[in-house]
Amino acid sequence: MFENIGEMVLLFWRTLLALPQAWRQRQKVFEQFFEIGNASLLMVCVLSFFIGAVIALNFGPPLVERSFTSAIGGVVGIAIAKELAPVMMAILIAGRIGSAMAAEIGSMRVYQEIDALRTMNIDPIHYLVLPRMLAIAVALPMLVISAILVGWFGGALVADMNRHMDIPFRVFYSDLQNIVVLSDVANGVFKSFCFALIIGVVSCHQGLNTIGGPRGIGRSVTKAVVNSIVGIVIFDYILTRLLLK
Amino acid sequence: MNDSPVNGSGVSLVVRGLRKTFAGQEVLKGVDFEVKPGEIFVIMGPSGSGKSVLLKHLIGLEDPDAGEILINGEAVGSPEVAAKYRMALVFQSGALLNSLTVGENVGLYLTEHRLKSPEEIRAVVLEKLADVGLKEAVDKMPGDLSGGMKKRAAIARALVIEPQLILYDEPTSELDPLSSVMIGNEILELNRRTHVTSLVVSHDRDLAFGVADRIAVIVDGVIVTVGTPAEVKQFKDPLVQQFLQADFKREQ
Repeated sequence: MFENIGEMVLLFWRTLLALPQAWRQRQKVFEQFFEIGNASLLMVCVLSFFIGAVIALNFGPPLVERSFTSAIGGVVGIAIAKELAPVMMAILIAGRIGSAMAAEIGSMRVYQEIDALRTMNIDPIHYLVLPRMLAIAVALPMLVISAILVGWFGGALVADMNRHMDIPFRVFYSDLQNIVVLSDVANGVFKSFCFALIIGVVSCHQGLNTIGGPRGIGRSVTKAVVNSIVGIVIFDYILTRLLLK
Repeated sequence: MNDSPVNGSGVSLVVRGLRKTFAGQEVLKGVDFEVKPGEIFVIMGPSGSGKSVLLKHLIGLEDPDAGEILINGEAVGSPEVAAKYRMALVFQSGALLNSLTVGENVGLYLTEHRLKSPEEIRAVVLEKLADVGLKEAVDKMPGDLSGGMKKRAAIARALVIEPQLILYDEPTSELDPLSSVMIGNEILELNRRTHVTSLVVSHDRDLAFGVADRIAVIVDGVIVTVGTPAEVKQFKDPLVQQFLQADFKREQ
């Protein structure tokens, strides 16, 4: 395990060193960015809408009963912006995009395409890892911003339509605005940026270290998703603690 | 056949005492041989004898446990020497990038190293593909090609580098006899035209004796004999003779 962590740190460092090559790889970055956004935006919206809705549904009626109606907007706003949108979207992206990264790079490794790159003096980190890391590091925070907005909308809609709450849209958003500040959203977006790096490093590392045939690729994909999720949850606690005021 | 190797743009290759062990199993047990500039040198031997591992050492994909590899007298391994000499490997599977078209694969080296403009790259790609009879496949995906076409496309990709040393890993494996002959002829034609030093690793006896200036036979990680095709045929070692004369025993 420690050897793997060391290799991932080294991979991340080598990717950072490759950053000056980013402009040369812009076409591939854009392709990856489109791939991530196109594959995930609809799913992100559906997921975050229902997360917002279910948070409002769970917390709304008990808060109304205890005369804390004005807190509902704030609870939904904070929960989604600081925690649920970044974590849930990161887990979704680890499943959809991390697995694809590990599978694609893993099959290139198994079928000697990466060896072919090396024989042409093309660094696989420049060619394969850097574009994916950059794309996911930009795409995930943007998806999380979308998720926060859609999640808030889901919460507002349920608060308005549910007969136990019956809070108009305008009031919900006004309550939300009173409690949620810009730094709460920034916290969530920053967390998602860190999670994106974790997914990118873990998935690319698994892909580059794939051995064996199709079974090896399957193993790498599973490890990429599971290890990414474990990393996300652990770093979620660490980042939350560090970002506490 | 090339009776006397020509000394053109090709480089010399010397391998001395090369050893490699994987997970306790010694795959290369002190390999020694020399390849002259412009020569077609074939290393043949049974499956599992260490041929492909040897090739990976020569191109720098593996580091030896012991021994040295010299190109024109300079030790391979340092980035300076690797950058100084142009080497290419034609993989057994072709190893074309499946996400790119054949043309993009062939031009990848020039594109990634920004060595020419896109128009010039396109022209070079078409020229190299024409050399291997694949000009019409420029916009096809590797998945749409037959095994023989993939290998020819891989040769075209190697040619773009304008190599001084070209390594072929089992170039005729999984090919029908006609395609095998076509690949063998490509190797000969390329050698005649560019005087590139060619090292072919194969267990295909027809290919080896058809194209080689000299042949080395590797058995169990050791080179047991090196010589011209005629000399190798006369070599008395029972393992070599068994390999060279293996045939079906059909009842008459």
